[in-house]
Amino acid sequence: MTLLEVDDLSVVLSTARGPAKAVRKVSFALARGETLGVVGESGSGKSMTVLAMLGLLPEGARAAGQARFEGRDLLSLDEAELCRVRGDRIGVVFQEPMTALNPLHSVGRQVAETLMLHRGMSAGASRREAIRLLDRVGIPQAARRVDAYPHQFSGGQRQRVTIAIALACGPDLLIADEPTTALDVTIQRQILDLIAGLVEEDKMALILISHDLGVIAENVGRTLVMYGGALVEEGSTSEVFARPSHPYTQGLFRARPRLGAGRGTRLSTIKGAVPELADIPPGCPFAGRCPLSIPACDAALPASVPISASHAARCIRLDVALGSA
Amino acid sequence: MSLFLLRRMVAFLATLAGASFVIFVVLDILPGNAALTILGPDAPQSAVAALSHKLGLDQPAPTRYFNWIFGLLSGDLGVSYAYDTPVAQLILGGLSVSLPLAVMAMALTTLIALSLGIFAAARHNTLLDTGVMTLSQLGIAIPNFWLAILLILLFAVHLHWFSAGGFPGWGEGPLLALRALFLPAVALAMVQAAILARVTRSSILEVMREDFVRTARAKGLTWRAALWRHVLRNAMIPVVTIIGLQFGNLIAGTVVIENVFYLPGLGRLIFQAINNRDLIVVRDCVMLLAGFVVAMNFVIDIAYVAIDPRLKAQAP
Repeated sequence: MTLLEVDDLSVVLSTARGPAKAVRKVSFALARGETLGVVGESGSGKSMTVLAMLGLLPEGARAAGQARFEGRDLLSLDEAELCRVRGDRIGVVFQEPMTALNPLHSVGRQVAETLMLHRGMSAGASRREAIRLLDRVGIPQAARRVDAYPHQFSGGQRQRVTIAIALACGPDLLIADEPTTALDVTIQRQILDLIAGLVEEDKMALILISHDLGVIAENVGRTLVMYGGALVEEGSTSEVFARPSHPYTQGLFRARPRLGAGRGTRLSTIKGAVPELADIPPGCPFAGRCPLSIPACDAALPASVPISASHAARCIRLDVALGSA
Repeated sequence: MSLFLLRRMVAFLATLAGASFVIFVVLDILPGNAALTILGPDAPQSAVAALSHKLGLDQPAPTRYFNWIFGLLSGDLGVSYAYDTPVAQLILGGLSVSLPLAVMAMALTTLIALSLGIFAAARHNTLLDTGVMTLSQLGIAIPNFWLAILLILLFAVHLHWFSAGGFPGWGEGPLLALRALFLPAVALAMVQAAILARVTRSSILEVMREDFVRTARAKGLTWRAALWRHVLRNAMIPVVTIIGLQFGNLIAGTVVIENVFYLPGLGRLIFQAINNRDLIVVRDCVMLLAGFVVAMNFVIDIAYVAIDPRLKAQAP
């Protein structure tokens, strides 16, 4: 059963250099309980896509298209209706645990706030529930630490608190936007395991955004690859990893450091730099850096070409790309 | 008490001691002799010497300094040269006008500034925001004594809502007294409110961009609810700082306004004392003002701790 259906979602940012397309006609669907990863480098439009769905775009950004969640288009809901979905049916964990919590409110109060807002719980009941949630996300001695302030927690623990906030109302969808990027490597693993465990226990759907292919490979069933605001490849994680098809995805995989690659082997890179959003041509966003590009690549955003029943890429030179892989 | 407050307390007392020393030295090296001023330039040398001895002016400076400090601590501020009245009595009289005036002006300042600042921030980048900010720019540009004169012309001379100046005293009932203080308070408040409104607005806008506000909205709080519950308290930290500075300024800033409105406050007392070379009054008044400013800073520090839990357990 489909939980979320995103159709031709676009985001235009107003920048000093004029309007810039941060997200270009992104479409995907997510079933209940499904786990989806979105991978891409910074500026590829991963975060903008989810922020647009949630109505949390920064000032001056405009979204177009549709994002139907449980049948209702989130982009056409008014603020009050959207607020009933946010935090209740959709929980979000952001990247920066150090700044994602209000420094002046106790963590318990910040978890309880969601419960009071959506469940109409009393202060006492929401506090008890907050303690239970903090305990569930692995805060030691939750009953004692519920009144502590964010500055008294480590980065990993703060991220656990934001997970407790996102989880409070038992959402159908959990969105984790680079949840471990700002954390120590040892903590990253714990937080990802925690999220994976909670998603499985609560049968939530998950959208995990990351620039780290390893994180995506281990945690989600299906993967989207984004570049320059456009979806360039999508498929089951195993297929995308077994047979990266879009030249950008291929470049991304070649650029991963590998153990045992032999001393002195140069790490392959994708030549050029990510273009500024305002400079992205109307065609394939990767054309300027792609080794396979031909003039036709710049004409229009390529259509999605199926590779298998559950794997597709947007590239007009897919035959060549797959041949070279 | 937290370490933070303890350290502030020590700094508070040290600042007071330092201020008293500077005030004493500056007034002591001024040329002229109080005894000579009281008796006039034609007085015989022996009479001046006798009066100097009586006033204790012939004692060495350290003795006089400590006599002054012990006098301050025990409430004995000496007797005014010009009025032959205890200085404490003069100061209390002035304070009974100036303190309510300053409190009233500060209350008006805070009320106007916070409403305008929040209003403008909530309508950021709209015509209303621009309008409020233009108005505040105007407010900053207008000198308060000129605004005072305009207020007198409009509300006292033309509309007869308030009197043009003077103070009936608290004996006539608090309502009359407060009414006499209202226009001066408005004149003092406007400029300060204009500055504070801008600080409030920019502070709110800055906090609005913080990550935790996005978290609050992701919880399902509306933009407005996030503003009230999460942004305002965080935005108050710089605002409280400015309020403290302004309150200190206000006490001193009443000198001009009290003269415009003929109010028998501390400002006028200082003004007249300087004119009369009544240095003993000047010294005590300046010390009092310094004490006010330092005390306000201390109060602001306490306010910080109340606002921000991070300061409560701050390590040294």
